[in-house]
Amino acid sequence: MTGPTRRETLLLGAAALVPASALAQAETPRRGGVLTVHFATEQRILNPSLQASTGVYIVGGKIQEALLDLDAQGNPVGVLAESWESAPDGLTHVFRLRRGVTWHDGRPFTSADVQFTAMEMWKKILNYGTTLQQFLTEVQTPDPHTAIFKYERPMPQGLLLRALPDLGYISPKHVFETGDIRQNPANTAPVGTGPFRFVQYERGQFIIAERNPNYWRENMPYLDRVVWRVVPDRAAAAAQMEAGQILFSPYSSLTIADMQRLGRDPRFEVTTRGNEGNARTNTLEFNFRTPQLADIRVRRAIAHALNVPFFIENFLGPFAKVGTGPIPSVSTDYYPAGDIPQYRFDQALANRLLDEAGHRRGAGGVRFSLRLHPAPWGEDIALWSTFIQQSLQQVGIRIEIVRLDAAGYLRTVYNDHAFDLATGWHQYRSDPAVSTTVWYRSGSPRGAPWTNQWGWVDPRIDAIIDNAATEVDPARRRALYADFVRAVQTELPLWMPIEQIFVSVFNRRVRNGGNNPRWASSSWHDTWLAS
Amino acid sequence: MRVFKLALRRLAASLPTLLLILVGMFLLLQLAPGDTVDALMAQMGGGDAALAEELRRFYGLDLGIAARLGQYLLRLATLDLGFSAIYGKPVATVILERLPATILLMVSALSFAFFFGLVLGVIAARRVNRWPDTLISTLGLIFYATPSFWFGLMAIVLFSVHLQWLPAGGFSDITQELTGIAALLDIARHLVLPTLTLGLIFLAIYLRIMRASMLEVLSLDFVRTARAKGLSETRVVARHVLRNAMLPMVTLIGLQAGTMLGGSVVVESVFALPGLGRLAYESVVQRDLNTLLGIVFVSALLVIAINFLVDILYARLDPRISADS
Repeated sequence: MTGPTRRETLLLGAAALVPASALAQAETPRRGGVLTVHFATEQRILNPSLQASTGVYIVGGKIQEALLDLDAQGNPVGVLAESWESAPDGLTHVFRLRRGVTWHDGRPFTSADVQFTAMEMWKKILNYGTTLQQFLTEVQTPDPHTAIFKYERPMPQGLLLRALPDLGYISPKHVFETGDIRQNPANTAPVGTGPFRFVQYERGQFIIAERNPNYWRENMPYLDRVVWRVVPDRAAAAAQMEAGQILFSPYSSLTIADMQRLGRDPRFEVTTRGNEGNARTNTLEFNFRTPQLADIRVRRAIAHALNVPFFIENFLGPFAKVGTGPIPSVSTDYYPAGDIPQYRFDQALANRLLDEAGHRRGAGGVRFSLRLHPAPWGEDIALWSTFIQQSLQQVGIRIEIVRLDAAGYLRTVYNDHAFDLATGWHQYRSDPAVSTTVWYRSGSPRGAPWTNQWGWVDPRIDAIIDNAATEVDPARRRALYADFVRAVQTELPLWMPIEQIFVSVFNRRVRNGGNNPRWASSSWHDTWLAS
Repeated sequence: MRVFKLALRRLAASLPTLLLILVGMFLLLQLAPGDTVDALMAQMGGGDAALAEELRRFYGLDLGIAARLGQYLLRLATLDLGFSAIYGKPVATVILERLPATILLMVSALSFAFFFGLVLGVIAARRVNRWPDTLISTLGLIFYATPSFWFGLMAIVLFSVHLQWLPAGGFSDITQELTGIAALLDIARHLVLPTLTLGLIFLAIYLRIMRASMLEVLSLDFVRTARAKGLSETRVVARHVLRNAMLPMVTLIGLQAGTMLGGSVVVESVFALPGLGRLAYESVVQRDLNTLLGIVFVSALLVIAINFLVDILYARLDPRISADS
């Protein structure tokens, strides 16, 4: 038994109910008020059991609940599950469910809902869920308050518990069991067990949810309503924050300049607090079908030619730092200790490596030309791609930047492989097995975005990845991931030189904001507004 | 009855153009790399390839281009605009939801621009080459040259952030529930800044056209005759010049109604208004072909209708032009 005992779990649960910050302890939460939230990109659906993305959690995560969430320290804490235990072989995981929980339509929440959601949604439709749960064979429901997950191959408890806060949202079986799940109207008018009840969604304008009077946590939530305002323009959203029309803007949705400006204004707090669970790294992806890039000396030369600390200091400011590999430093469980190969800025070395690789400077000092495809999301990516272009010019590599929109970028890079260099974000989702190792594991079908589409295969690294994904011993798993990071930093099939955490902008009236590592996605049951 | 028959004839004559636009649009969007599933994947933050394949089947993308185009045109023949991939509802419903806001913004911005363009144009023409003319012409040039997103943002900074007179965006106040007159006033308050922002550029065009047209008509013989009859200058301008000078303005309205109907993506985005322009932009970015073609279809119909009205208006303004010719 590697997980917390039932008693420990209950203690953890109790600790989570105590407000995290000292400020909140000093004040009595005020009831009432409307929390207005910036909603930058509208999603097709709002159901987090079917789509794992921050844009869905920011709304659906208040209406529907997961089996688990993370507490202030980042440990799994029960929400719809009260406790859990795992068999030593990792093939069976038992979840004991919370009693007396009802759906917003009044029906009781039972293990049948968990079974239905896991088998029909997580395993079949939910992105990242389909991979996580591919070896889930069945969910047994011996009684309405117990769900037993059975796996064909060992599932490490640490992986399951870290993945479930994001990939463990439950939907009501009675609403979804008839008809096509994807076309169910409840996907845009969600029915959940959460602290807020869905009221109205006007596309292109707003979403409203109101206080759930029958919420299972006594006397919660504090807010009367949550209103999400759809504001696609970043500068306009900053103005709405200043006008008091928006009280919270999540996930770095304002421009870097506006975030820095609002950070100096005493009315606002600009912080990464509450987003520690949503780390991302900036990537530099190499296409091995381009002959020059298949040569490791050229890849290393490119890495040495980029002055990452200079770029961060001058363009990204305090919310980014130098990355050391695919596992970011916020991942305390898997961040590797010891010597990991790094690529320091050294133009002379870069030039030497390129010379050694046989790419002499030709006319105008140019060795060769490459196309660079920057992903169209994020101001930092645009800045980073221009920085790459100018830096590589100095070592004799001419870069042509090819800008495409989201659909065009994914198709061109991950399906058509018509790129030389690409740069975007890698999102780290609490455990390397969820969405990190897929960037390196070979055999991903053509067209799967954010996977190894580089034309690069390393059987040794594949083996490490596979072993780590089913290793149930936490210490051995940790060691395997350290091996993994060392290996990919040596081979450099892609490079992740910058580490960032999403930035939240709060109006200071918002209290208890950011009190867990995935706060913007979490349920906001203890959030309140000062008058 | 004659008007009705004329309308039908107009519509029939526009059908080939409409068809050409729709097919062209369909093929043009095929040239853009990526489809709606790629766009969805980008939004979701990824997913495996089997999922993508299943989604392509779900959205009917597994068929060939010709088959999909054929299907679309067949459905259109029964006035079925299809299903929107982004919104998960029939396209007709999606467009209908956006139409009121678009038309409201369009009508208010056009009326504002038309009215003030007319007044300022007349003033400038009557004081031609003197200081009111110089002032108005300079202002017009400034309005015309300034990008509307900047105008919009500055208006928000001044009137919403600093003075706190007007809301910074949205179509209505959603944090409280209003009914009746209060709700109407609330919408009107929300529309002031977007109307000004969108209207100012058009205002600049109208005032220049009006000024030029006034100057031209003022030099014509019948104006001299009117003056020779001893009519007062005000009467000459109001009864004789204005009516004739209006013709180019009416032409312009007919042309610009289409532009405005496509909405202004910029103004709608800055003020977070749910208009057709933003919808069209979203559909292109998300490769939602049905929605985009639906918008093109509805806009084309409306433009045809507006131009028909403009033709009738011509006949009323200038009896020499008959609706038949």
